[in-house]
Amino acid sequence: MSAHLHEGDQVLVREDYPIGHIRTPVYVRGKRGVVVRHFGAFGNPETLAFCLPSDKRELYKVRFRQRDLWPLYRGSDADTIELDLYEHWLEKA
Amino acid sequence: MSPHDHDHHHHDHDHHHGHPHDHQPDDKVHSYYQILGVAMKELLIAEGVVSADAVRRAVEMRDSITPANGSKVVARAWTDPAYRERLMKDANAAVAEFGIDMPATHLIAVENTPDIHNIVVCTLCSCYPRDLLGLPPSWYKSRAYRARVVHEPRSVLGEFGTIIPDDTQVRVHDSTADMRYLVIPRRPEGTQGMSEEQLAALVTRDAMIGVTIVRPPQAKS
Repeated sequence: MSAHLHEGDQVLVREDYPIGHIRTPVYVRGKRGVVVRHFGAFGNPETLAFCLPSDKRELYKVRFRQRDLWPLYRGSDADTIELDLYEHWLEKA
Repeated sequence: MSPHDHDHHHHDHDHHHGHPHDHQPDDKVHSYYQILGVAMKELLIAEGVVSADAVRRAVEMRDSITPANGSKVVARAWTDPAYRERLMKDANAAVAEFGIDMPATHLIAVENTPDIHNIVVCTLCSCYPRDLLGLPPSWYKSRAYRARVVHEPRSVLGEFGTIIPDDTQVRVHDSTADMRYLVIPRRPEGTQGMSEEQLAALVTRDAMIGVTIVRPPQAKS
């Protein structure tokens, strides 16, 4: 995994569809956003959910423009949505 | 376990048939997962892992948490700039000043301004700041709200009677991880002379989820 991300970094969410307890909603996979906050390291839910030994993963708040997610979005161009995403789903864009 | 049991019983009783009458919660056939939950609880009690009274006590405690906790926090933030700053910086510590303990989750306060209106959802399940506001309303857990508010928040807000001006950014927060979100609504106009307690009485649960705004007190009619 790459070095920690920082506030303001542009990121691309991995476009991947593994089976399991995935806390990265499908609607942001393959989409671009920007890191707005670094929360620190948290247990990885993908293993925690199965009571498996779980490593800590860096967690970030990532902001997306609604128009980038939904081409037919009705509302202001400025409207946004933010999600909390783990480092292994994000790559620097 | 009961936090889930009573979530499913409130709906669609008197809507379709013309003879309204009270149903008891256990009139309804339990779903597969409700039966699984009951079976698990019975097994844990039979094995001595938990006692029936401990389960009851946990449910009782859970049910005793009300949105009034959040209202107090918001009113303090409105009246005490230093508190507001602490709340924005470390919300867990700030609500602990009211004796509210949120051990398992990280509370994040997001503040409405003239430029930004915040609204909270959990698309994946029903994450909600339960330690602060109590159990979420049933609509918050509905598929319709969860699916729609992320891609047509302004339509959903409109259905709640909330019209956000076009030049105000609507910002949705999807609670996908360990963070729980509390919306700090805007303090309504004409409330300068009000005490913290009076202000707290204006702050509703729905305003702290972000589906509505806090309105000024009603003029006496």
